[in-house]
Amino acid sequence: MKKILVVDDDPYILMSLEFLMKKNGYQVMIARNGTEALEAINTVKPNLILLDIMMPDVDGYSICKHVKSKKDLKDIHVVFLSAKTKETDVQKGLDLGASMYITKPFSTRDLMKKVNELMQ
Amino acid sequence: MNKLFIAGCSILYLLLLFVIAYWVEQRRKKGMNILDKSWIYALSLAVYCTGWTYYGSVGRAVTNGPEFLSIYLGPSIMCALFIPLLRKLLRICKTQRISSIADLISTRYGKNYTLGIIVTLCCVIGIIPYIALQLKAISSSFQLISNTRQNIGADSWNDNTYLIAGILSIFIIIFGTRSVDASERHEGLVAAIAFESLVKLIAFIAVGIFVTYFLFDGFSSVFTSAHTAGFKEFFTLNNGFGNNDWLAMILVSMLSIIFLPRQFQVSVVENTNERNIYKAIWLFPLYLFLINLFVLPIAMGGKLLLGNTVSADTYVLSLPLHFNKPALSLLVYIGGLSAASGMIIVETIALSTMMSNHLVLPLIFSSKKMELNGEKNTVRNIKFSRRASIIVILLLACIYDKWIASSTSLVSIGLVSMAAVAQFAPATIGGLYSKILTRKGAIAGIITGFSIWFYTIIIPSFVNAGFIDSSIMSDGLFGIDWMKPQALFGLTSMGLLAHSFFWSILLNIGTLIAVSLVSQPSRQEEYQAELFVNIYKYQGITGGPGMWKTSANISDVNALLANFIGAARAEKLLSSYAQRHKIPFNQKEADPRIIDFSEKILTGVIGSASARFLVSSIAKEEEISIDKVLSIVRESQQVLELNKELKKNSLELSKAKEQLTEVNEQLMKMDVLKDEFLYTVTHELRTPLTSIRALSEILFDNPEMDEEQRQHYLEGIVKEIERLSHLITQVLNLERYESGRQKLNQSAVDISYLINGVIESINPLLKEKEIHLEFTQPSSMILLQCDKDMIRQVLYNLVSNAIKFVPDAGGEIKIVCRAEPDELQIWVMDNGKGIPEEVRELIFDKFFQAKNQTIQKPIGSGLGLAICKRIVEMHGGRIYVEPISPQGAKFVFTLPIS
Repeated sequence: MKKILVVDDDPYILMSLEFLMKKNGYQVMIARNGTEALEAINTVKPNLILLDIMMPDVDGYSICKHVKSKKDLKDIHVVFLSAKTKETDVQKGLDLGASMYITKPFSTRDLMKKVNELMQ
Repeated sequence: MNKLFIAGCSILYLLLLFVIAYWVEQRRKKGMNILDKSWIYALSLAVYCTGWTYYGSVGRAVTNGPEFLSIYLGPSIMCALFIPLLRKLLRICKTQRISSIADLISTRYGKNYTLGIIVTLCCVIGIIPYIALQLKAISSSFQLISNTRQNIGADSWNDNTYLIAGILSIFIIIFGTRSVDASERHEGLVAAIAFESLVKLIAFIAVGIFVTYFLFDGFSSVFTSAHTAGFKEFFTLNNGFGNNDWLAMILVSMLSIIFLPRQFQVSVVENTNERNIYKAIWLFPLYLFLINLFVLPIAMGGKLLLGNTVSADTYVLSLPLHFNKPALSLLVYIGGLSAASGMIIVETIALSTMMSNHLVLPLIFSSKKMELNGEKNTVRNIKFSRRASIIVILLLACIYDKWIASSTSLVSIGLVSMAAVAQFAPATIGGLYSKILTRKGAIAGIITGFSIWFYTIIIPSFVNAGFIDSSIMSDGLFGIDWMKPQALFGLTSMGLLAHSFFWSILLNIGTLIAVSLVSQPSRQEEYQAELFVNIYKYQGITGGPGMWKTSANISDVNALLANFIGAARAEKLLSSYAQRHKIPFNQKEADPRIIDFSEKILTGVIGSASARFLVSSIAKEEEISIDKVLSIVRESQQVLELNKELKKNSLELSKAKEQLTEVNEQLMKMDVLKDEFLYTVTHELRTPLTSIRALSEILFDNPEMDEEQRQHYLEGIVKEIERLSHLITQVLNLERYESGRQKLNQSAVDISYLINGVIESINPLLKEKEIHLEFTQPSSMILLQCDKDMIRQVLYNLVSNAIKFVPDAGGEIKIVCRAEPDELQIWVMDNGKGIPEEVRELIFDKFFQAKNQTIQKPIGSGLGLAICKRIVEMHGGRIYVEPISPQGAKFVFTLPIS
């Protein structure tokens, strides 16, 4: 079973995504901040990360950078989910090696479709 | 010393002057500037110090003590007053191309022939003896050094004078009459004069040092010896020569540094730049100080060592000769030669220009026979007339020297000449500053003053010489008692000079004013008066305001000018003038401004009166009324002012443009800020929207969800919607406060009551979170003018914040209300983790938390504190946060008690 890590500091978003991923047959882990996320990535090594950018401790960009710089981690798909909608922010995320950059608010159906495509 | 050797040295020295003058002129032609012109100008002013200064000062000091200083004090004082007068004179002379003092006076009073003639004659009569004195100084110093006689300035005539005059006239003719335009400067010549000033200064100081430090042991030694020998006259001013003479000398010399023709020549005509004056006003007095420094020591030394064996006038040269110092003697002789020759050269050039322009040329031009027959002839005529004048002047000086000077006292001739030219002062200075003076007044004043000068100074010297019977001195003219030349109107208490100066100037001014008041000025005069008095007003007006409605054929104007300055140059000058001022030039009729300009060029060549005469002979002139003239003048004035106004306007425009740019930049900055705000707001909106959409989509897509989970999701949706609407309200509130649209709705509010109300509304939340809240009430009721709803909002925001930040267990909040003398303080304190020092001011910014991820994710809108700050400021209060121990934050806001 593919493993998906959901990282967000908003409890309702976290709740929704956890529900969605589970329902679509993935093994789900959640992290409420950057530190938790890094810990989870290093221990569990997920197949895909749904990653928020603005977080109190470590921001999403740094996490993505970390993932893409590690040989054993760089195959992990990173999908940014962010309220930052500026062209430069999106570009920055993609430049860091993210597979996708989805702006908030998003359609859960679209999101699922894209995640499923990436996971095949 | 050998006569031939000395003669050779003299000629070599004069040749050196030739070389300097020639060299400078060549450099100038190539457009090279070698020397600082302001230095040359200041040094050339020292042509004031003549051979009379050089030899005579010592002689005068021997008889009259320090009195000689007064004629150097005068110019030094004048230098301080110099600037405004000289600047004005310069401006006038440059714009009107005036080349002599006679031209200046005649131009001021309507470009009149008569005045020019009178001034020129006065100058010639007054100055010729002065030139003669210089020739004599040269010839007798020559004799002295070549050991053929003992005294300078006494008895016999000798033929050397002719020779010296001859050599000098060649020099003057070569460098003084090269160009027919007399208003053009002779830069080579002036440089030579400046050089001469240096030579005489060095020579005089050399002999001074020789006497003071080699024959004696310094200044104090000379003075002590003179004192011991009982030479009282060196130390006092009062020695019976004339009690008031020193004052008269100061006054006369003050005027003479402008009105002596040679001084006018160097200070005005030859001046290249008004700025030169500023160096001269300190350098020239310094020069005078230096050249007089050793006069007293030399006089004392001479009297002590040589006594009466030689004339005191010769001490300067006799001392080194007596002590057998040939080299120094030669230097002193050359110094004297330079002092005298410098004076002769400049004075003769100035006088010859006057003579030629005001005596000879008017005769030629006004004679009906005279035809302007071609350029070469006219130029030749003018040059010839000027050269002849030079020779005539020097010849007259020789004759004076031979026939009269030998029997008159020489020392005071310089002063006598100065007193003569001082007669021009009232008409000139008055004419510069007052418009009421007329030509008739000027003529009457000058003639009166000059006649009295002649009668009170020259007649006595004629009597002394035995030309006139001495009965006039004791009985007065025709036996009339009050007509005694030295006691006019019974005034006897003054010295010769003071007496003469007093009466001549007094009656000169009196006549000038009296006649001016009763006579009518002509229109030309009124026009010139306006131009002189208000010269600064007319700067920049093309060609000056036109006095005449002139019409002339341009070919006539061209031909007239060509006669004097050559066809090529005339064509060039006129067309470039026309081009510069955008005047149509190729039509048949000449523009009045062209005619005016031509007249000015001619003025430089032949003087203003002749120029006026010639121009009016080719132009049909319609004299227009003074009202019209004034209106034309005023018009030009207005154009000038309009110009100024335009300049001012354009300046203001560019200032406005700058301001606009600034405002624009500010607006752009604000625009950026607004964009940022909007971005932050939408960003803040996105988070709850994301939750709402995700939660509701899940609910919609999953009808099989169990009831408990469904409830949980719906609750989330409601909370996020609340958050959303709260945010929107806050944004709108803040926007309203910031735009100033929200007005304060003030009323008297009981603060305790208000605080209690807030606590009550928030109580359920406090209970839920088990937070202890304590409110310390003020001792008495406080009524405060404020907007109740807004202050409640501030309190609510602060307390809500405190609730968010207190620890989960044991949270404590304290509210304190304190009345200070001029303000009310409300504290809201919590025992949370406190606010780090570096962000204590920043937390009041909009969305501070959202932008700074290092602290806890915002629980509120991110606008609460910004709104608080805005409200408190609207009330004229302050809001800030302080730390409290052991931990926590203390938010304070104040409201002024009015």
